[in-house]
Amino acid sequence: MAKITLASLRHSYYLNPKSDEDFALKRLSLDWQDGGAYALLGPSGCGKTTLLNLISGLLVPTEGKILFDGADVSHLTPERRNIAQVFQFPVIYDTMTVYDNLAFPLRNRGVPEAEIDKRVREIGEMLDLTATLNNRASGLTADGKQKISLGRGLVRSDVNVIMFDEPLTVIDPHLKWQLRSKLKELHQRIKRTMIYVTHDQTEALTFADQVVVMNNGEVVQSGTPVELFEKPRHTFVGHFIGSPGMNLLPCEVKGGKAFFAGHMVDAENVAAAKNSAHLEIGVRPEFISIGGSGIEADIVKVSDAGRYRIVETQASGSTIKLLVAEGESIPTGKIHLSFDPSHTQIYEDGWIAGGRA
Amino acid sequence: MSLELRNISKRIGTETHIHDTNLVLEGGSFNVLLGTTLSGKTTLMQLMAGIQKPASGTILFRGKDVTGTAVQKRNVSMVYQQFINYPNFNVYDNIASPLRVAGMDKSEIDRRVGKAAELLRLTPMLQRRPSELSGGQQQRTAIARAIVKDSDLILLDEPLANLDYKLREELRDELPKIFAGRNAIVVYATTEPTEALLFGGNTATMHEGRITQFGPTSGLYRRPKDIVTAQVFSDPPINTARVEKRGKTITIFDRITWPAGRAGETIADGTYTIGIRPHHVTPAAVAASSGSFNGRVLVTELSGSESVIHMDVGGTTWVSQSHGIHPFEVGATAELHADVDQALFFGPNGELIS
Repeated sequence: MAKITLASLRHSYYLNPKSDEDFALKRLSLDWQDGGAYALLGPSGCGKTTLLNLISGLLVPTEGKILFDGADVSHLTPERRNIAQVFQFPVIYDTMTVYDNLAFPLRNRGVPEAEIDKRVREIGEMLDLTATLNNRASGLTADGKQKISLGRGLVRSDVNVIMFDEPLTVIDPHLKWQLRSKLKELHQRIKRTMIYVTHDQTEALTFADQVVVMNNGEVVQSGTPVELFEKPRHTFVGHFIGSPGMNLLPCEVKGGKAFFAGHMVDAENVAAAKNSAHLEIGVRPEFISIGGSGIEADIVKVSDAGRYRIVETQASGSTIKLLVAEGESIPTGKIHLSFDPSHTQIYEDGWIAGGRA
Repeated sequence: MSLELRNISKRIGTETHIHDTNLVLEGGSFNVLLGTTLSGKTTLMQLMAGIQKPASGTILFRGKDVTGTAVQKRNVSMVYQQFINYPNFNVYDNIASPLRVAGMDKSEIDRRVGKAAELLRLTPMLQRRPSELSGGQQQRTAIARAIVKDSDLILLDEPLANLDYKLREELRDELPKIFAGRNAIVVYATTEPTEALLFGGNTATMHEGRITQFGPTSGLYRRPKDIVTAQVFSDPPINTARVEKRGKTITIFDRITWPAGRAGETIADGTYTIGIRPHHVTPAAVAASSGSFNGRVLVTELSGSESVIHMDVGGTTWVSQSHGIHPFEVGATAELHADVDQALFFGPNGELIS
């Protein structure tokens, strides 16, 4: 178990990177506490796999250091870093039993059989595999195999960190729930440092205490799920997290007040906004309601999502989406939208006004 | 225009992959096949397309028997989960390929490719090869090829499964717009209940090689005709429990008394299985018809705007999904409230009673 420090880390796949553009991972400094549950979240190509490979030792960073409990491991090979990894596709031995699969990482390291037996049974019990320990792994379904992969990642008690690279991508939704909650439960029980890499916001937000959102090789925000949801630092986070994402509307600020298409809009951070920048109002669909007054809009489309409906509207040339709970009625014709001021933010050139470090 | 499957079945070796199936799909409709992996979605699509031959039954297109007609002779397009394009063709030639095969003249090909590319926002990429495209653009190219020739039947087999979350959301929004105004029959397979809901249209729920129900999507979601359909069409899983109904109350978890709720009050006394969706089970009582229960918290998932709480209630797991952040501690005992008015009552064979 270890605290992980990334100190001014930067990586390029070019031999002689010249400009910032040449870096797949832009300069990054972060501290991850021992025993925490972290997620790296971002679209394809955002640099999250590069970062994962740097931590595991598959890549050596162009610049900067990786420290485990203060000790520099930047140049250690993967096997000397003492890391467990679980991949997108199950990596198990079909010809071995479930028991032997789980025992494999321990036997490899010469752990005494009595200790192995204790650990395998413990992990087997946590993953509800006790009844099938003596079965051959070959007959299992994809989720059954992935459960063993998770078990193999969790079985060693001496690892610094357990890393998960999109571990639930190949799993059906109804089983995803089970595996995801199992993983969360296991983290709460064994308190090992875990890093979970994914492009799926639901997986990241539900698994991690702290989510690192990446885009274009840069960390755009690192925060708790609530912080990312309620106060995105950047419009990218507003858009990427939440389904549908945050509404972004062009605006101007005059005399300390924000206006969208001539309508005054109350925003929490309007006092910090400078008119020199490209300004946008950001408000999530969850924080918009239909009322007697407010911004006039036309309903374009209503999609049923079960527990709520997504109402897409057009107002002065902008699309505004809002959520209406199941069972609540939606008026027809012209409607008026009001934004919850404590959850309405002004963004300057993409960054939250007053919040940029 | 319609496609009709009449008593279709499919066996491979001794295994039955599709059981006796009847289904009628109309031109201009968007139809979702919803079910888990191996429930038979792909096999059913292949039967519709003519890629596979049924063991029994007939397939009628526009009332004409096409059971034995090869896929090449039917006007069908297919898009797969994997992004399938010609790697050595550029985007333009990829989209144009079915039209060239059909021997269409150059100016018409140009017009159609231009229109399809516009619709799928590929116009700036027409000269690029698939390897120079993102996953989303590669799949857009495959979809453009599927719509360019005015197929009668367009089959989409989990086309968004390999895309990033946000791209999936974007294309999910666009797809119905792309097909709107066409007379084609569109069939879309997915494992995700939310995706089916957001598409609207019609849904066929599939389970172990059978269509359990077919009809307008939101009707199917709210009034599933049996418990299997309700289970297939619920994410997170629908909560179920056996109840004893007497007069205006029900006994649940063998010991707790709840009001019978709107549906429960109208049915005969007896034993039922109830189903309550997770979003109707909340930390705060919402309705007069609430039923409370205690359970042990197994896991709490907080997503920033929602809390999902998994509880152990005397050996069965119930899930609650609610607005706001409710950080219940794992292992603690917590009280939840179910809105019994929203409960579905199923009979001994799983059929919906009320």
